[in-house]
Amino acid sequence: MKDNKTEKKGFTNWIDERLPIFTFINHNLRDYPTPKNLNYFWNFGSLAGITLVIMIVTGILLAMQYTANTEIAFDSVERIMRDVNNGWLLRYIHMNGASMFFIIVYIHIFRGLYYGSYKYPREILWMLGVVILLLMMATAFMGYVLPWGQMSFWGATVITNLFSAFPIIGDYIVTFLWGGFSVDNPTLSRFFVLHYLLPFAIVGVVALHLVALHQFGSNNPTGLDVKSEGDTIPFHPYYTVKDYLGLGVYLIVFAGLVFFAPNFLGHPDNYIPANPLQTPAHIVPEWYFLPFYAILRAVPDKLLGVLLMFAAVLILFFLPWLDRHRVRSANFRPFYRQFYWLFIINCFVLGWVGAMPAEGIYVLISRVATLYYFGFFLIIMPLLSKFENTPALPSSISAAVISEKFDSKEPAGSETYVK
Amino acid sequence: MLNKILYLFLFLIFTHPHNAGSASSDVDLIEQNWPFNGIFGRFDKASLQRGFKVYSEVCAACHGIRHISYRDLGDIGYSADEIKAIAGEYEVIDGPNDEGDMFTRDAKMSDKFVEPYENEKIARLANNGVYPPDLSLIVKARAGGADYIYSLLNGYKDFPENFEASEGMYYNEYYPGKQIAMPSPIMDEIVEFDDGTEATHLQIARDVTSFLAWTAEPELEVRKSLGVKTLFFLILLTIMLLGVKRKVWKNLD
Repeated sequence: MKDNKTEKKGFTNWIDERLPIFTFINHNLRDYPTPKNLNYFWNFGSLAGITLVIMIVTGILLAMQYTANTEIAFDSVERIMRDVNNGWLLRYIHMNGASMFFIIVYIHIFRGLYYGSYKYPREILWMLGVVILLLMMATAFMGYVLPWGQMSFWGATVITNLFSAFPIIGDYIVTFLWGGFSVDNPTLSRFFVLHYLLPFAIVGVVALHLVALHQFGSNNPTGLDVKSEGDTIPFHPYYTVKDYLGLGVYLIVFAGLVFFAPNFLGHPDNYIPANPLQTPAHIVPEWYFLPFYAILRAVPDKLLGVLLMFAAVLILFFLPWLDRHRVRSANFRPFYRQFYWLFIINCFVLGWVGAMPAEGIYVLISRVATLYYFGFFLIIMPLLSKFENTPALPSSISAAVISEKFDSKEPAGSETYVK
Repeated sequence: MLNKILYLFLFLIFTHPHNAGSASSDVDLIEQNWPFNGIFGRFDKASLQRGFKVYSEVCAACHGIRHISYRDLGDIGYSADEIKAIAGEYEVIDGPNDEGDMFTRDAKMSDKFVEPYENEKIARLANNGVYPPDLSLIVKARAGGADYIYSLLNGYKDFPENFEASEGMYYNEYYPGKQIAMPSPIMDEIVEFDDGTEATHLQIARDVTSFLAWTAEPELEVRKSLGVKTLFFLILLTIMLLGVKRKVWKNLD
């Protein structure tokens, strides 16, 4: 606080000298130098943060009315829907908020994958993001169990049973997770506790994610480092207003879902109370788990399937070392770009096949798609790192912005260099 | 790139399996133009009241609507006195009283609808081993929603030749597996409507389905009207934000 050479007058200055929160806000939200060429894909980080807040607020309000007991959990949710003031609104926001959260976070991840945001010096930033994804998945899975409908119960049964695939300790783990010998009241009540707890863990990791982000600042569509002050603009007002605009569009989509199609992304079976004696015709997880579910079912061996499913997420941790190409942005990587789009399409194929019964042609499709999923990371990325030639890069972010303005094509690509 | 993401998003939505009427039946549902569909959807109160009559005179013999209280009937246009009279026809067990005894009394407005059977075992005993599901949420709990219920009510036919029918089952082309334990519940004139509407079986099916759509989503009208206002506000706000954003970013040119 010694940098304040002259003592400033005023209430905020008095506080700021002792607890520099205003300096902090100024530094991180106002003057914070940000690359001037960020496109709308850079909105999704702030949207994810806002969604997290929406989920926590609606979740706390719901928890005041919800009862985590197998006898009355289903009815307590229906009571929220019918008798609690605006309870239907809270629940539909929370329920669809989970889907919106995953849409936002998946786009956020795909953006990082396209523009090489995981590369030096942002490896830890990226890995913290993967931790957030894992925590989100656990939270969402346990949250879906709470209404205690048919899909809640059977989804929980299928997923927790996966752990029995591990040799020797498998059955022990499953009993430990259940708190008994089947999915029952102890399972529901611990899932509720953890579902309430984990979001606050997510908040903590998000804080670290932001600290790591502000260490080097945002990546940008060119993937070039910021070289001079001319490459950046202050966060406020430019990106605050852009984030607000993105938020407006996002809330329109979100509200459309909540008010006019609140059950569109859910499964009708979850409005049937859980019945341990009656298995639904098809047990399917929520849409955001379908690609991983497809990978699980693509493998004939249960243990291998489980391991591959977890590996599908965990492999993201190693991305900074699998892709060692020195160019970040796929805009300047013609080959990587093609494989990237194929990878995106492949993820949708996995999601689609995950919703289909595991029989006939679907098994074959899921196997091919699983192969490409892992092949992309383990074979294509390392090979491209070695052999992909790229066109000459623009000299700076500013130069790229100017050339884009006068010529909509990418910068002259005739001259290539060999890595 | 934005376009590609948009197309992929649309692809995701339209290939979403829950969407495409993925009921286990291969027959297309009879689609009805329900007044509660669409963003301005509203319930037809007269139809709901007729549907309530069908429910109480036909369905209620076997099916409960346990999430609905008698007081909720106020939402579909019944007065407090009418509701008291309706509730008064049922008895509930209450207590214990000061002597420690349970007693029966007439149902009150605040009570939930009295269920037809005391418990699931008795229900199964009375219905050939099958439990008639509670109908409060049935429209939300079946793929196809109201169209499915309407189709099911009109989907009874004679067993086709060579069909291996089980004992005591009925053929219904919309039911998964095509055999259903419930006999066709409705026919022309099975109820008499107070408002003079002709009680054809199609009318009865339509009205009772509307009623069940209301029991599943009693908040629907409030939700949709709030939704229209919210969207109107958000769209206006977003247009203004677009203007602000453009103005602010002009400084950079």
